Amino acid sequence: MTSKSILRELLTPGADGRFGEFGGRFVPETLVPACEELEQAFNSAWSDSIFRTELNDLLREYAGRPSILTECHNLGAQLGIRLILKREDLNHTGSHKINSVLGQALLAKRMGKKRIIAETGAGQHGVASATAAALLGLECKVYMGAVDVERQSLNVFRMKLLGSEVEAVNSGSRTLKDAVNEAMRDWVATVESSYYAIGSVMGPHPYPYMVRQFQSVIGQEARQQFKAMCNGDDPDLVVACVGGGSNAMGIFSGFIDADTRLIGVEPAGGAAVGRGVPGVVHGMKSYLMQDEHGQVQEAHSISAGLDYPGVGPEHSYLSSVGRAEYPSVTDDEVIAGFVLLARSEGIIPALECAHAVAWITKEAPKIQGQTVLMNLSGRGDKDVAQMMTILGDSLG
Amino acid sequence: MSSPNRDFGVLETHLRNSRSSSRKILVPYITGGLTGWIDAIRSAAANGADAVEIGIPFSDPVMDGPVIQQASEKALRDGATPTSIFHELRSVDVRIPLIVMCYYNTVFRAGHERFANNLLDAGVVAAIIPDLPLEESSEWCAAADKTGIETIMLAAPTAPDARLPRVVARARGFVYAVGLLGVTGERSELATTAISMATRLKSVTDVPVLVGVGVSNAAQAQQACAVADGVIQGASVVRRLLDNGPDAVGKYVAEVRSAIDQPIVVAR
Repeated sequence: MTSKSILRELLTPGADGRFGEFGGRFVPETLVPACEELEQAFNSAWSDSIFRTELNDLLREYAGRPSILTECHNLGAQLGIRLILKREDLNHTGSHKINSVLGQALLAKRMGKKRIIAETGAGQHGVASATAAALLGLECKVYMGAVDVERQSLNVFRMKLLGSEVEAVNSGSRTLKDAVNEAMRDWVATVESSYYAIGSVMGPHPYPYMVRQFQSVIGQEARQQFKAMCNGDDPDLVVACVGGGSNAMGIFSGFIDADTRLIGVEPAGGAAVGRGVPGVVHGMKSYLMQDEHGQVQEAHSISAGLDYPGVGPEHSYLSSVGRAEYPSVTDDEVIAGFVLLARSEGIIPALECAHAVAWITKEAPKIQGQTVLMNLSGRGDKDVAQMMTILGDSLG
Repeated sequence: MSSPNRDFGVLETHLRNSRSSSRKILVPYITGGLTGWIDAIRSAAANGADAVEIGIPFSDPVMDGPVIQQASEKALRDGATPTSIFHELRSVDVRIPLIVMCYYNTVFRAGHERFANNLLDAGVVAAIIPDLPLEESSEWCAAADKTGIETIMLAAPTAPDARLPRVVARARGFVYAVGLLGVTGERSELATTAISMATRLKSVTDVPVLVGVGVSNAAQAQQACAVADGVIQGASVVRRLLDNGPDAVGKYVAEVRSAIDQPIVVAR
């Protein structure tokens, strides 16, 4: 399969919302008309220059785009590679999530909705949603697994400070997947007045496609910036962490047709692409960690944002056609990567992004002299309290 | 109103016969694998249920509220699987049709044809798959049609008028009218959407129309039956099974039966 035809498949999922065999719209009948309405509203907004200008203005003047590239001279020299970071951690609210949320909140207003619903794992999407809701005058309710409420208490307070309601979800594994379930239940009941702002490239069509389009600004900027920095070349590798996979799809989308290896790094305890089999949950057909009876398995990762047993359907597609690779790293490797980037470059990454650092470190002997563009999709402030507990006095 | 030009399956024949004899239809829902669930089926059948809907517990039941979520989690903790539920169902000797409700991943994981055959082997005649809307249903429906399993389609209050005829055209057994915007669970009053949904469906099909989701007690069942051909009772049944065991299910089914056997006299 050529990279051009892969790109075409990603850009035109069609009415059935499929990327190859993946994707679709597996939702309760109550939500079918809402998904259809959203698909039309998004397509109309995306081709409307007024909407695009309004969004671009917000991205520039509110979120702080374009985000810069930073070359890691110290770590690059240490690893024998050229390592360049796309600094999504410098966006307002500290991660790439704001790119999609600003787009979705504008869309919600355009559709006449007064209230947005969001799910969150690490709290980054929840904070971004609460922020956009405050800015645009929308009511906002965020669902968060009770386990995550515990380990990301700072972000919970941030959301409340911004005027959003946060509900701790106590069903199932009490993490991200259960927060998605509860957000969907809310949406089923409030579909006429509420907009569900899904935080990743997952869920029923058009969400995977729409969220990726909103995040594609990362890849578009990065490709131009990288060329400017590196004599007009594309990187040998683009590396990003993958939970649902929105930061990865955002940056991958700029390089699908480039001669670049695309690497999505999954947590060993939540490797949907690496260890899952096709399944259907949360409105989409995609790789899924599940048992022989189809019960969805609980993911276990040090990072709340990647603690998800599924993955966006576009990643399943990219894996199935061999365009992207999905290795995984362990929690211990992630902790080492977290400390390594902090100490070598003075940048504390989100634990999610430390997965990408960990893989690059491990892979370095095999990619000597190559150029690596890594998406640093979030900053690590939110993880400092958790890491203080884990590392304790060991740092000396 | 359109009358389908096709042969009716076991369930639809049974329900059409009930309707012809002016009997309102009562379908209690029971979570499979829950302590006492087989006895609850027997008790429901003995007390006036026309069919029983058996839920296969799933890890991520997005259409279910707290009571059925709790029942599903409990059944799963106790080791219930689709295989164990089908195995136990073979021992059930009731003379009313058995329906299965399951989320689509349960079907997809097993494989469409294999799952349909598993239902057939277990003596189940129909299936409700709440997260498999019309547009995604063709593979399952092909397998179900081939084995004679009747696929019950759901119709929701959000559906535009133009959508309903397409949904009912694919419905076998009965049409499941979703009574409100929301997930399963008991409500203090019957939502106005329950009546309007049943009315809208009755005007486009002669397939039996049953209202479910938010029909919470005998009085609400009676109200819904003023328009609908019958009701499905979920959370109110499962709560009784969880709290008081199978006999309480039978007692409740008898109470609802008695209420819907007395038609509401509409004042003129």
